Amino acid sequence: MSTPALHAARLVLMRDLRLAVRQRGQFVQPLAFFAIVTMLFPLSISPELARLREIAAGVLWVAALLASLLALEFLFRDDAHDGTLEQYALSGQSLTWLVFAKTTAHWLLTGVPLALMAPLAGVSLGVPYAALPGIIAPIALGTLVLSLIGAIGAALTLGVRRSGVLLTLLTLPLAMPVLIFGAQATDLAIRGVSFAAPLYLLSAMAVLGVTLAPLAAAAAVRISLE
Amino acid sequence: MVRRSLQAEGLQLWRGERHVLAGIDLGVGAGEMLQVTGANGSGKTSLLRTLCGLMHPEEGRVLWAGRDVQEDLPAFHSQLVYLGHEPPLKADLTARENLQYWVGMRRPLSAAAITAGLERVGAGAWGEQAVRTLSAGQKRRVALAAVILCAAPLWLLDEPATHLDGDGQRLVGRLIDEQLASGGLVIAAVHQDLAVKSAGPRRLELSTA
Repeated sequence: MSTPALHAARLVLMRDLRLAVRQRGQFVQPLAFFAIVTMLFPLSISPELARLREIAAGVLWVAALLASLLALEFLFRDDAHDGTLEQYALSGQSLTWLVFAKTTAHWLLTGVPLALMAPLAGVSLGVPYAALPGIIAPIALGTLVLSLIGAIGAALTLGVRRSGVLLTLLTLPLAMPVLIFGAQATDLAIRGVSFAAPLYLLSAMAVLGVTLAPLAAAAAVRISLE
Repeated sequence: MVRRSLQAEGLQLWRGERHVLAGIDLGVGAGEMLQVTGANGSGKTSLLRTLCGLMHPEEGRVLWAGRDVQEDLPAFHSQLVYLGHEPPLKADLTARENLQYWVGMRRPLSAAAITAGLERVGAGAWGEQAVRTLSAGQKRRVALAAVILCAAPLWLLDEPATHLDGDGQRLVGRLIDEQLASGGLVIAAVHQDLAVKSAGPRRLELSTA
């Protein structure tokens, strides 16, 4: 009797979360990067909150995008080096589900902490408390899409040495809609206007990403294993 | 009942300008073992990876129980276990946790089964240790525990006795004997003969292209 596909995916998710707890460096690095970038803006532009508020949405989103990209390189790299990806491909399970589980773990370990940390950075940029939900929800959704898009790039660049730059070049153009609509949602929230429309667009991107990205990433992983 | 067998017909594999596999034909039936030998770079690992479907040959096909494995790769993969040069173990997990995730992904596995598997390969004492603290030979034993716990009829082993001491090498021979006695099939890439007692493991010598 073989393990059901969803249970196998859950095992992959649990394994990655457990590993992240024991290798805190990889998990903390993007968060530290995000915190540093958002803290540098008040120092370099002006401590005046009204002025910082004007650029807060852009600062938060660019920092979240770059922090998210920073962690992508690690998504499949270790598993490719130690042969774990080969075992996934030979497990008799759907590689798409297993890749989806890995991507979900990546989002839980980078996107969700970034979304939870963003309000703190927002407050330091003069964002009113009422607008904080308008930061958390779009960044949580946006980073999910970034993880899904990034999984394709990370899988495609698996065989490339020092793939970080190539991965960024591959992923950034695809991430632009996320940046545009995410920053717009946060900006509208800061201005006290409904941010539902860009949030719906981000949700649609997330649905599309969840549906298609694991399939593409799994195909890319298979090619990279050759 | 379909008799278990693995056959390869006319495998041709190129990597760039290099002709890695030049028309390989082989056949292994239930209870049989094939030892693949050859110098470094002769294509032993590539052959094993091609047989298990990780690499796609330019020509030729692999048949499991008479059917082309490409017709249903996941079903074929559920029938095999592949152990490469380096055991796919995570350094920050314990030996037991590694088996729980690696083997558990393929088949439901109880804690008692993991304990039994570890003890069978003489790794019971270090099951709770992080893999980063184990020697290369100890890691190999944990990987062998995974191989037997997968309970797959077809074993594809790449240098299974690497890093093992004399006792460990005899252990590999015993495990293979038990696998063959239960009707399993073993294909192993080796540099030196394994301590297998089963009658006449067959040999395939690969030459460097």
